[in-house]
Amino acid sequence: MSSVAVSKKKGFGAVLWDYLTTVDHKKLGVMYLFAGVLFFAIAGFEALLMRIQLMVPNNDFISAGLFNELLTMHGTTMLFLAATPLLFGFMNAIVPLQIGARDVAFPFLNSLGFWLFFLGAIFMHLSFFMGGAPDAGWTSYASLSLYSPGHGIDFYVLGLQISGAGTLISGINFIVTIITMRAPGMTFMRMPLFTWTTLISSSLILFAFPPLTVGLFFMLVDRMFGANFFDHTMGGNTIIWEHLFWIFGHPEVYILVLPAFGLFSEIIPVFARKRLFGYSSMVFATILIGFLGFMVWAHHMFTVGMGPTANAIFAIATMAIAVPTGMKVFNWILTIWGGSIKVTVPMLYALGFIPSFVAGGVTGVMMATAPLDYQLHDSYFIVAHFHYVIVGGIVTAIFGSMHYYWPIMFNRTLSEKLGVLTFWVFFIGFHLTFFLQHFLGLMGMPRRVFTFQADQGWDLFNYISSIGAIMMAVGVVLLVINVLLSIKTPPVNRRDYWGDGRSLEWSIQLPVPFYNFKQTPLVRGFDPCWLEKQEGNKEMMTYAEPLGDIHMPNNSILPLIMSIGLFIAAFGALYHPDGVSWSVPVIVIGLGITVLAMITRSVKDDHGFHVHVEEVIATEERLYGKGGNK
Amino acid sequence: MGHHTEVQAKTKAQYEYDRHHNAVHMKKQVVNFAIMIFLTFLAFAVVVADFSPYLIKPFILLLAGIQVVLQLYSFMHMDDKNGHHIGVISTYVWSGAMIIFPVFLAFVTVVWW
Ligand code: HEM
Ligand SMILES: [Cu+2]
Repeated sequence: MSSVAVSKKKGFGAVLWDYLTTVDHKKLGVMYLFAGVLFFAIAGFEALLMRIQLMVPNNDFISAGLFNELLTMHGTTMLFLAATPLLFGFMNAIVPLQIGARDVAFPFLNSLGFWLFFLGAIFMHLSFFMGGAPDAGWTSYASLSLYSPGHGIDFYVLGLQISGAGTLISGINFIVTIITMRAPGMTFMRMPLFTWTTLISSSLILFAFPPLTVGLFFMLVDRMFGANFFDHTMGGNTIIWEHLFWIFGHPEVYILVLPAFGLFSEIIPVFARKRLFGYSSMVFATILIGFLGFMVWAHHMFTVGMGPTANAIFAIATMAIAVPTGMKVFNWILTIWGGSIKVTVPMLYALGFIPSFVAGGVTGVMMATAPLDYQLHDSYFIVAHFHYVIVGGIVTAIFGSMHYYWPIMFNRTLSEKLGVLTFWVFFIGFHLTFFLQHFLGLMGMPRRVFTFQADQGWDLFNYISSIGAIMMAVGVVLLVINVLLSIKTPPVNRRDYWGDGRSLEWSIQLPVPFYNFKQTPLVRGFDPCWLEKQEGNKEMMTYAEPLGDIHMPNNSILPLIMSIGLFIAAFGALYHPDGVSWSVPVIVIGLGITVLAMITRSVKDDHGFHVHVEEVIATEERLYGKGGNK
Repeated sequence: MGHHTEVQAKTKAQYEYDRHHNAVHMKKQVVNFAIMIFLTFLAFAVVVADFSPYLIKPFILLLAGIQVVLQLYSFMHMDDKNGHHIGVISTYVWSGAMIIFPVFLAFVTVVWW
């Protein structure tokens, strides 16, 4: 058990087993983080290959077919398998600590969510070695993907179906956790903004992933079992895929950016050393963005031919989102305004984020103007827009938060000096790469092309853009080096690493014990850590209960087994259209494994276990020395 | 795991109360389940009986509406007014409705044609 883990050195096998079976939100957070970094690196490498190909006109560094595969896998991986898990990593690691909980509401499901995501991701990546990756873009429009030869699209459909189930499960878990597991006194309007944005983002997952699931399911039966949902020659409708995809797809971009907003709303007040400006308007704006996010999907389909009425309505709805987004931007600026600012690495990322994200929002509103979008659609302008919001908004949030939360997650620190260098290399590289792409788009360069003719005025900008991409890659390598160096840094072993922490997670003495709080905290106001510090409370926490037995969940290998079952079944489904004899048995065996694991889980009662008071005291003494957590 | 698992002892009265409560609850679930099967049967019946599409379509939509309500209120416990967090659950259900209704409206008015 993890209570023993800290004291005795365990063998490799035992550690591995611990991670395969863990239901601890902190460990799952770390696993999400590393899995996310892995896929971020893979997708980044794919991007680099594409930019090398586009560095000079008429290049033949990679073939057109491979380019399409790289393009598709880059987009799909970055959104579903890198950004999502990285943000889930922070949600897992931090949200329970912010609300004063000892774990999430459903620890077992939390682990299941991770393994489904991870095996779905592995499945999709196996396509590279098994006859070709998906090649119809991350949007995989049916009119293209239904006719894609080979199994690439099938890998996309099945892989996303599995990892999407994991995402949906984790989303529901966070909703229930935040609603039911808050410590006494942690009212809704005292919740930190990262918790709020996690709640809203999880709610968006709850409502947005089912349309994707339906779309993927239609695609699955169309491609693998000969149905005709999207085949217009058979009475289907290929546009339905686009609607289903974007009814999911637009909320998806907000699913990713809202937690990023939340992370910056944590970072900025701490380093401006001022209370977050306009807390309640921030909460309101988050909810409004979440709601409006569902009303604008057709802005991706202005050129489909829905007609002027539809285009006008969706144009207005889209522009309306800029209002709550603007509220947030002003609130951040007014938080910084007049603060006593400490420019640490997380703050540097926050300062870089604001103008970059605003630029992305402005191009968004430009594209929302339907007539203008007829010019901009499917050009490099779109590429510039979404990279400004995604890299400028989400990736900066992830990098900044790695520095910010590293002490809590690992009891180690990332180097500030190297961090500053990383920031500048990455940030300059980012703007070099994408700023000029706006103009490439305006000059008519279409997106998703594997090469271009010389002397159309695109050569120089493409060259510079590729240089920028190389700088971004260097930045990422520096970040990885920083992570590796952090292993050698001395443990932090204290509270409130940054000295100006405001929310509850900073009140916890590091390293965080596996039960998080030896006594459930009592939250007496907004920014509880800051409040207690103001009142001279050395422990930075008031307790809601006396020291007592702590109830914790048991570890389980079942989530991994369930996910492996689906992973196996997916291979059967994939090869089914080839008419191989083993496809149906493999599907049956795979689903059988999953169902058996589910039955085992249902029949076997698992009440968790109690950590008794003496054990709690012993653990505290081992972690913090004599006298324990005092 | 080498740790204690939790064993809860119930008093006799608590046991009797739970038993009764569960029995009532079970009965309600079975009755509702039967109703839902019956509604599904009706849906198939109107199609097999070859009624006019102008009858079949609204009829099936009506049945679907009833099934949704039954599903939410009976099987998903929204009728349990004293349940934990019933307010939050209703909020979620209504938010879902508020999100899906404009989407539906957009489809039938401006997008589809
Ligand atoms: C004020 C806010 C925003 C507005 C008004 C806006 C508007 C738009 C519009 C109109 C398009 C479609 C352009 C076209 O294909 O012709 C688009 C594409 C896109 N936007 Fe935004 N956007 C906003 C914010 C965001 C945010 C916050 C994200 C992500 C976090 C994002 C991610 C994307 C992506 C990924 C695409 C391209 C999808 C594709 O075709 O592959 N946008 N945006
Ligand atoms: Cu959109």
